[in-house]
Amino acid sequence: MENYLILNTLNYPILSTLLILPVVGAIVAMFLRGDTVLKYWSFAVTVVTALVSLPLWSSFDQSTAKYQFVELRHWFPALHLDFVLGVDGISVLLVLLTTLVMPLCILCSWTYIKTRWKEFVIVTLLMETAMLGVFVSMNTVLFYIFWEGMLVPMYLIIAIWGGARKDYASIKFFLYTFAGSIFLLVAIIAMYIKTGTFFIPELMDYSFSFTFQVWIFLACAIGFAIKMPMFPFHTWLPAAHVEAPVAGSVILASILLKMGGYGFLRFCLPMAPAATVYFVPLLLVMSLISIVVGGYLALGQTDIKKLIAYSSVGHMGFVTLGIFLLNDAGIKGAMLQMLNHGVTTGALFILIGIIYERTHSREIADNSKLGMFMPIYVTFLGLFSLSSLAFPGTNSFVSEFLVLYGAFDKYPLVGAVSILGAILAAAYMLRLLQKMIWDDSDGHAHHDHDDHGDGKGHKLFDCNAREFIQLAFLTVFVFWIGLHPTPILDIMDSSVAHLLHQIDVGSVVPTEAVHHGESHALLNNAGAWIKNLF
Amino acid sequence: MLNAIFMPEIFMMLTVLILFFMTLGHFKTGTIQAVSLLLAAVTLAVTLASSGAHGLMFFDAYQVDALSQLFKVVIVLGLFLVFFLGTGLTGIEEKLHTEYNMFLTISAMGLMFLSSSVELLTILLSLEISSYALYVVIPFRRGQGRIHVEAGIKYILFGAASTGLTLYGMSYIFGLAHTTYLSELRDIMPGLVATQPLAVMAIILVMTAFFYKLAMFPMHFWTPDVYQGAANETSSFVATLPKVAAVLLLLRFVAVAGFDISKVTWVLATIAVLSMTLGNLSALVQTDLKRLLAYSSIAHAGYVMLGILTADEMGMAAAVFYVIGYLLMNLGVFYVIYNISPQGENVTFEDLKGLSRRSPLLAMTLLVSAFGMAGIPPTIGFIGKFMLFTGALHEGFYALVIIAVMNAAVAAFYYLKMARAAYCAADSEQSAIVLPFGAKLMGVFFILAIILIGALPQGLLATAKAAVATLL
Repeated sequence: MENYLILNTLNYPILSTLLILPVVGAIVAMFLRGDTVLKYWSFAVTVVTALVSLPLWSSFDQSTAKYQFVELRHWFPALHLDFVLGVDGISVLLVLLTTLVMPLCILCSWTYIKTRWKEFVIVTLLMETAMLGVFVSMNTVLFYIFWEGMLVPMYLIIAIWGGARKDYASIKFFLYTFAGSIFLLVAIIAMYIKTGTFFIPELMDYSFSFTFQVWIFLACAIGFAIKMPMFPFHTWLPAAHVEAPVAGSVILASILLKMGGYGFLRFCLPMAPAATVYFVPLLLVMSLISIVVGGYLALGQTDIKKLIAYSSVGHMGFVTLGIFLLNDAGIKGAMLQMLNHGVTTGALFILIGIIYERTHSREIADNSKLGMFMPIYVTFLGLFSLSSLAFPGTNSFVSEFLVLYGAFDKYPLVGAVSILGAILAAAYMLRLLQKMIWDDSDGHAHHDHDDHGDGKGHKLFDCNAREFIQLAFLTVFVFWIGLHPTPILDIMDSSVAHLLHQIDVGSVVPTEAVHHGESHALLNNAGAWIKNLF
Repeated sequence: MLNAIFMPEIFMMLTVLILFFMTLGHFKTGTIQAVSLLLAAVTLAVTLASSGAHGLMFFDAYQVDALSQLFKVVIVLGLFLVFFLGTGLTGIEEKLHTEYNMFLTISAMGLMFLSSSVELLTILLSLEISSYALYVVIPFRRGQGRIHVEAGIKYILFGAASTGLTLYGMSYIFGLAHTTYLSELRDIMPGLVATQPLAVMAIILVMTAFFYKLAMFPMHFWTPDVYQGAANETSSFVATLPKVAAVLLLLRFVAVAGFDISKVTWVLATIAVLSMTLGNLSALVQTDLKRLLAYSSIAHAGYVMLGILTADEMGMAAAVFYVIGYLLMNLGVFYVIYNISPQGENVTFEDLKGLSRRSPLLAMTLLVSAFGMAGIPPTIGFIGKFMLFTGALHEGFYALVIIAVMNAAVAAFYYLKMARAAYCAADSEQSAIVLPFGAKLMGVFFILAIILIGALPQGLLATAKAAVATLL
């Protein structure tokens, strides 16, 4: 086991501290009274968690692909099931993203959430633990427990604090993801029975037969593709996004969607490399459809939240596209795209929350001509919209550039089609900007907002300090990643190289007789099948 | 020596006796419940103390081993919890409160006998002791029309029919093997099962009474009506304790049929699939919570069967673990049902609305129990399902596990519906539910038990493994 990991060298167990802090915060919150106290308490807990997570950045050893900060405890000896936590270059950034976004989720709910603050705090903090647990688990069962455990708090966030159709949206979210991930459980058990271990690095090194890999890949990929969400499985996302409260949308967009990509990188690629290579055409086509269809659907939305939700489908299409290019630029681009989407789309949902609190409408038409009243707000809106459409100098440009570079390097046609997605992104984001900032058609909600009679009760006041801080914080990342992404790319370097090595080694099927020619024939068949399908 | 290993049963009989003498006088419900609880607690302590005992009694017809002792602990614990959760006995005719407790105790006593019986006629006798007491108790309901009479009759008729089939199967087994001792049958039956179709039929027929107790297809028809018609307290008993004992007996019979039981396995697998599919699909459309639980229990019987039919250590231990978890989670939901219906009426989804406002603790218990039954980590239900699937996959039942998994996804919908109803706003303002201290304690107990055993399953699982080792 020691070949795979470096035990924690810090003088405290950093990863389990990260997992326990929010839980302790939630337990203490049960005994607190008063919304204000609870607000400050939850904010303090999430900030402390974020601060505790920072050494993961500063003490991270970039030179190795091994797991770091590892903690090992015996948990379930009958099944050789240990409680192992660790991070590598693939997960460490997602852990940091989670800890840094969570304080914002509290801040953006400050006035948005009006009822049941105690429950909200408890659920949100438990959510943080579950999400962190997914990224730091080094054991498939632990991973699955956090992965499924996450559904409950998220379900509650949508079901309790959601909008008008929260019942429909929350159930749809839950059932979709539950149905997808239960097959993951079967894959986990099947792999255990084949190998006798739940330890992820050992499973990665095991060479399964090709047929087995195909089943494993499919069972995992359904769950991850739903979480992502990829094209035919994306329908839960707009519903969940639209009905979720602002914090729910931010968590969904910034962190939850990343888990699909993380799952592909952690399970499908290294554990079923031959099957991955076999299924590349299918997944590339699905990614392209996600990019184009997501962008195309976003173009037609009149609800801002729905528009951003569909744009997420497109952006996550770039992530899967990058992953299944199976080259250095593609995977790095995909991982960076996950972070960027977390920053940018998170910020966009915060912005929507801000305007919804003022006009109580998410329709674009009700929120037009804001440039006149809210200069700071529209500055941020413009900035993050540009970031969303991958304007050079912003974060998304770097990641989409990497993915496109990887695509043109390997399959020029795929690159050419995905360019279309980038153009669509510009079209729908600029349309949104134009309508919200300048448009002067009639029927604006804020026109009836001056009806207080005294002339100064205008509801369209600009961002206050709390809102400004959230947005400014995320702005830092937009420009940091946009202008100087090297430190972040360096962190993932060794792990991505190791992953590519695993795929190179593993995709040559070891045992079962799939000859080279035969595997090509299979690939061609898959290509033909896809052609027939569309 | 005999006394030491028979101690739990003796204390149970004493409990019955004391309750019997109490039926002769007039006591307040509070007194009756206090005495019952105290006696159940004492019996529980004695059962726990004798959990290491083992030995044979009554001409080798009665075997005390790790397996039977584990199940006795679970049965007495279940009885204690049933007494505790129905503290006021609000759904039962007032003048029958003492008799009610007495009959429940007799039924639990029968189940205790059942868990130690290793001879066909002893099994039948124990089974009947527990069933007859329940036949009497089911119609004990106050002021809900005649629905409970229907429930009582259905329970008796199905019970009698299934016992008849079991007896018929026993006659075949005796005819084929010339013995009624399970220990001797263990040596003879595997050979017969492999060669004689009649032996397969005999084993399945013998299992019928336990399919009936477990609400397993095709003996499941009584379940929804009896759950609905019986009082909430009674349903909580019927839904849990007999099922625990039925799992134990099914394990014993599978062990008798031999571990290479491919012919029996096919029948059991078909039954399991039909049971879970039918249960889950019917549960989707229920509005009465108890009917929903009935159909869900049919589905759970299918899952448990997944562990039983593997006939190896892992699968059988998983079945034991699962049924114990099922007892806790099911009692958790019944605890909620009992506490939101002050007059003992049935609970529908409408009544659940706004529960999180009326009583956060009840809503939380319902949420945890429902998610547990759906198999969401980190609950006891998840570990149970996980172990069942691992056991079944280990033996190569891939198709069966895939079907079970798809069923679990379907089932998530109605469990979620329960949780959602509890957490959505009520249409009209309802008064808060004030729970007495004991009831609050109970809710906390259910929440903690379901989550903590789910997070740290090692102890219970090791116990289950040690217990089923006596079968192998």
